[in-house]
Amino acid sequence: MFELLGVPPQVLLGQLLLGLINGSFYAVLSLGLAVIFGLLNIINFAHGALYMAGAFVAWMLLNYLGIGYWPALIVAPLIVGVFGVVIERTMLSRLYHLDHLYGLLLTFGLALIIQGLFRNYYGISGLPYQIPAVLSGGQNLGFMFLPNYRAWVVVASVLVCFATWFAIEKTRLGAYLRAATENPTLVGAFGVNVPLMVMLTYGFGVALAGFAGVLAAPIYSVNPTMGEQLIIVVFAVVVIGGMGSIMGAIVTGYMLGIVEGLTRVFYPEGSAVVIFVIMAIVLMIKPEGLFGRTA
Amino acid sequence: MTKNLVISTAVFAAMTAAPALAQDISVKLGVLNDRSGVYADLSGEGSVVAARMAVEDFKAAENGMSVEIISADHQNKPDIGSNITRQWYDVDGVNAILDVPTSSVALAVADITAENNGVFLISGAGSTALTREQCRPTSVHWTYDTASLANGTGAALTNAGGKKWFFMTADYAFGHSLEENTSAVVKANGGEVVGQVNVPFPNQDFSSFLLQAQGSGADVIGLANAGGDTVNSIKQASEFGITQAGQKLAALLMFTNDVHALGVQTAQGLSLTEAFYWDQNDETRAWSDRFMEAHGAMPNMVQAGVYSSTMAYLAAVKELGSAEDGKAIVDKMKAMDIEDPLFGKVTVRADGRALHDMYLFEVKTPDESTGEWDLYKEISSISGEEAFLPMLEECDFSKK
Repeated sequence: MFELLGVPPQVLLGQLLLGLINGSFYAVLSLGLAVIFGLLNIINFAHGALYMAGAFVAWMLLNYLGIGYWPALIVAPLIVGVFGVVIERTMLSRLYHLDHLYGLLLTFGLALIIQGLFRNYYGISGLPYQIPAVLSGGQNLGFMFLPNYRAWVVVASVLVCFATWFAIEKTRLGAYLRAATENPTLVGAFGVNVPLMVMLTYGFGVALAGFAGVLAAPIYSVNPTMGEQLIIVVFAVVVIGGMGSIMGAIVTGYMLGIVEGLTRVFYPEGSAVVIFVIMAIVLMIKPEGLFGRTA
Repeated sequence: MTKNLVISTAVFAAMTAAPALAQDISVKLGVLNDRSGVYADLSGEGSVVAARMAVEDFKAAENGMSVEIISADHQNKPDIGSNITRQWYDVDGVNAILDVPTSSVALAVADITAENNGVFLISGAGSTALTREQCRPTSVHWTYDTASLANGTGAALTNAGGKKWFFMTADYAFGHSLEENTSAVVKANGGEVVGQVNVPFPNQDFSSFLLQAQGSGADVIGLANAGGDTVNSIKQASEFGITQAGQKLAALLMFTNDVHALGVQTAQGLSLTEAFYWDQNDETRAWSDRFMEAHGAMPNMVQAGVYSSTMAYLAAVKELGSAEDGKAIVDKMKAMDIEDPLFGKVTVRADGRALHDMYLFEVKTPDESTGEWDLYKEISSISGEEAFLPMLEECDFSKK
């Protein structure tokens, strides 16, 4: 069979699949960010810390309350979402009329606090969280061994992303939401409770981060720094996809996961950097992002 | 303004009067390590606790010494580590720097220490360059180095049948040093290196690198990384069916806290080389129980090394009567016969390399493990002369 640049096709296919899996995390996280920025105009730097909180809540549910993985997939995002709602009500809502930077600073500070608290109580080595028995093991696809759990991650993220996109772009609730961000006064005049919608939207965006955290808990070490590395990459993904575009965030997330996976085969040292290189190029050619709409 | 003048005069007077009041040798120790990142659990606050225990056990006050300990976080970045080190020597009057995991930072600290005639007691870092290519007369490399790990785990696994090796290397000084040393040992024992990949440091997802390792057809996958990276590599290797399919994992550098984080279920059967384990004998057990009470976790070899190197340093300072001349103190340490409660017999060689026994351990199975920290069984011990590399001519500081 042919070899691409010295790499046999089996290895390439395997890496593409792995890239798709990583892309799933990027997609769910950047979706949450895009929802929060696109609809609320808040740059949510706390997203990585809340993803980490989602993983920790899943661990806590298992170890303190005996609640396993499957219920935790719903309960943990709910808990993180409620926490997000509290943040929004008590702190963020006061900053809407100000410059973007204030929201950024607040959420950045919150991220540091949340991370520091978890590190103080749980250390840095990480906590063990087992893959649920039903998803353990894997399939031998010939060109690689695909763990069942990682296949589940792709399926779950595609479902969640599609459901979110559908809700925002195709349903009446989504239409209210989009209208409320464009013209809150007018929409409020029609009797729609705008502050409530804003609050629930932030909670939902944050819950998406928590959901990604639960998905990550069995395969990545549950430790306080797990969000740190990921969040910078996710921001780059959102910028490349277009800050306000929901579909852009999802598609770009998967695409960049694959690009990163390919870089790991040909030039592994550059895999940490390639997404930012792409971001720089996109910003120079099409600043509003690949799927963004010019104002 | 007048109030300031009065206060500063009073302080000045007190400072000048102080020497007349106390003839204590004053010593200031700085514990510099990673307190917030991937290496925070293997060193971090635990090393500070170990240093404090050493000062207490040395009974500094009765020996006419007053010892102060300060600490800082180098965040695994050489530039931050360098800045802190310079400030400590230039402004804060620190006499000795302890620990410093992350070899790239340690190499920078070794240079600055030599410039300032301080003392550098290395416990956390592993690169052999510290006593070879970049050796310094003011450095003592106490606990372990990449060569001793290679001679332990590398030799053991190659001789047990693992002839073909693939390395996953953390892309910085330590990772490369570990890979280099282990490759040499593998080849010397009749094995071959079939491939390697440089992994960004630090890293969370090793799946694509593990896939490359799987595809290489190697018998053994050498993990030339440490701390959080090693823990993640092992978890993900198990997920991808690597160990189940027959390839062995060589955790070339793994500490007690890493195995504790993984759990014996995942880590069982792994071979590793360490210089110290809490459950080796009565003395190590007694000390480790005290450490556990003070810190909340059992000590690993890095933290034990901070304790031992500090005890030896303080003994040398006491004999010399002053902590000012770093090279003289290190020369004294090289001349001393050290019987350490934790490491046994230790000899500090002329190039600064501390020679002591290293031990090959295997992680217990869940059936064999009787407690939360009952993690290792000792397989064999390797003498200092065999474990560490021979001294280089140009690093023989006894002739300079």
